[in-house]
Amino acid sequence: MTAQNHAQTRLVQFGNAALDLCETIGQSLMRFFASVGRLAEFGGQALASFFMPPWFGRQISRQFIDIGYYSLAVVGLTTLFSGMVLALQSYTGFARFNAEGAIANVVALSITRELAPVLAGLMVAGRIGASIAAEIGTMRVTEQIDALKTLSVNPFKYLVVPRILAGTVVMPVLVLIGDIIGIFGGYIVAVYRLGFNGSQYVHQTLQFLQPVDVISGLVKAAVFGFIVTLMGCYNGYNSDRGAQGVGAATTNAVVSASILILIFNYLLTQVFFS
Amino acid sequence: MIPKIELKQVKKSFGSKHVLNGVDLVVPKGSSMVIIGGSGTGKSVMLKSVLGLLYPDSGDILIDGQKTTRLRGSKRDAVMKKFGMLFQGGALFDSLPVWENVAFGLIHGKKMNKEEARVIAIEKLKSVGLGEHVATQLPAELSGGMQKRVSLARAIATNPEIIFFDEPTTGLDPIMADVINELIVQCVKDLGATALTITHDMASVRKIADHVAMIYEGKIIWTGPVSELDHSGNPFVEQFIHGRADGPITKNVA
Repeated sequence: MTAQNHAQTRLVQFGNAALDLCETIGQSLMRFFASVGRLAEFGGQALASFFMPPWFGRQISRQFIDIGYYSLAVVGLTTLFSGMVLALQSYTGFARFNAEGAIANVVALSITRELAPVLAGLMVAGRIGASIAAEIGTMRVTEQIDALKTLSVNPFKYLVVPRILAGTVVMPVLVLIGDIIGIFGGYIVAVYRLGFNGSQYVHQTLQFLQPVDVISGLVKAAVFGFIVTLMGCYNGYNSDRGAQGVGAATTNAVVSASILILIFNYLLTQVFFS
Repeated sequence: MIPKIELKQVKKSFGSKHVLNGVDLVVPKGSSMVIIGGSGTGKSVMLKSVLGLLYPDSGDILIDGQKTTRLRGSKRDAVMKKFGMLFQGGALFDSLPVWENVAFGLIHGKKMNKEEARVIAIEKLKSVGLGEHVATQLPAELSGGMQKRVSLARAIATNPEIIFFDEPTTGLDPIMADVINELIVQCVKDLGATALTITHDMASVRKIADHVAMIYEGKIIWTGPVSELDHSGNPFVEQFIHGRADGPITKNVA
């Protein structure tokens, strides 16, 4: 009798533990879907405001300069050294089975398809995503966003649309420039350090590259630009009060944008090359 | 006569916290209503609900007899054009020079061209006692009192019918606070506007109010003309206006 009772209480305990577990998982899932929903609503609202006037030309051009022009140096340096290290690494690796001749191909392919868009995306996430989240978050905290509304200006049109538009349009341009600089970086190392023939290297690169290699990289860049600016705006717009709130918003913007870039990089690669 | 602003049983909660528990308030046209109450009693939430920055859970808010409680989009914009708001921290756009801050509602809300808007902005800056040389400075270059003035100039730039003041004297020294109070009285009188102010500064109340209402635990517990404030017979109001630590308000907190 007591043994049976004992077994029963243990069963109940086990049941409760299992329920707790389900509840915890359920709650975090609910939170996850709720935040995905809020993000989707935010994105939808941004998209809707994009198609309706008024458009703030000066804000848009300012963002093009901020996001595009001022990111040039960062993206250029990143891709330059990536191209250089790629040439060096593949030389030492490929020399083991006498395939040094493929360096130009490896550099061109890696830079255009993967490294330029992903590295540029991550660098811009750090540079632009953070500054957008901090700026809009501070505007939220100091009631500047409320002030916009009381002055009959839609903050989505004034703040969000210019940034997302600039990010999405400007990133492919940055990456295209990054492609050229990256390949040039490989060229420098191959020709001046490893003794390759310069004109042959260029010839080989141009002959080997397919349009889809470059285009897929540019499409990725546009998507990454959209992700970075959307996450920056979303986190800033929903920032909690105080310096801590803005700090958290900035961190979240950069981390979530970086992770999303890596996830979408895989998905887009699968779409393009399988 | 239709009141300029009317709140009927307005309720608003955040989660399990009931901030507004059925606020009733009438603000006649052309009068200056001041809402007093301690921190966390729902003053700001009430103001933001009237402004349309927050949506109440239930109840109605009427502006000029028109229900505005749940308006959105272009209809909300139309109501918004009647409003001017002085934010507690100023809320000036720090990337824009002073004159563009003041002219912002004219340029973007009323679609006025920049040159015209600039002239009006400088005129408005003059009316709050700021010279033309301030116009090209950035808000961060100004002192707190000057920022408040710029913010006031921005609030009145579009000649709004209703002006909201959110703790207009907080963070200012007593002299500057009095200057701002006088400017508020002057501006409201000049425009013939209706004013709704929230504050806990009693000097400010006595200077700018025609009518006073006290909010406590999300409800209006007393309202009357400012002349009756000192003999309201309401123990909550008595404690508040004399700033006593002992009384019915603090009893409930403990």
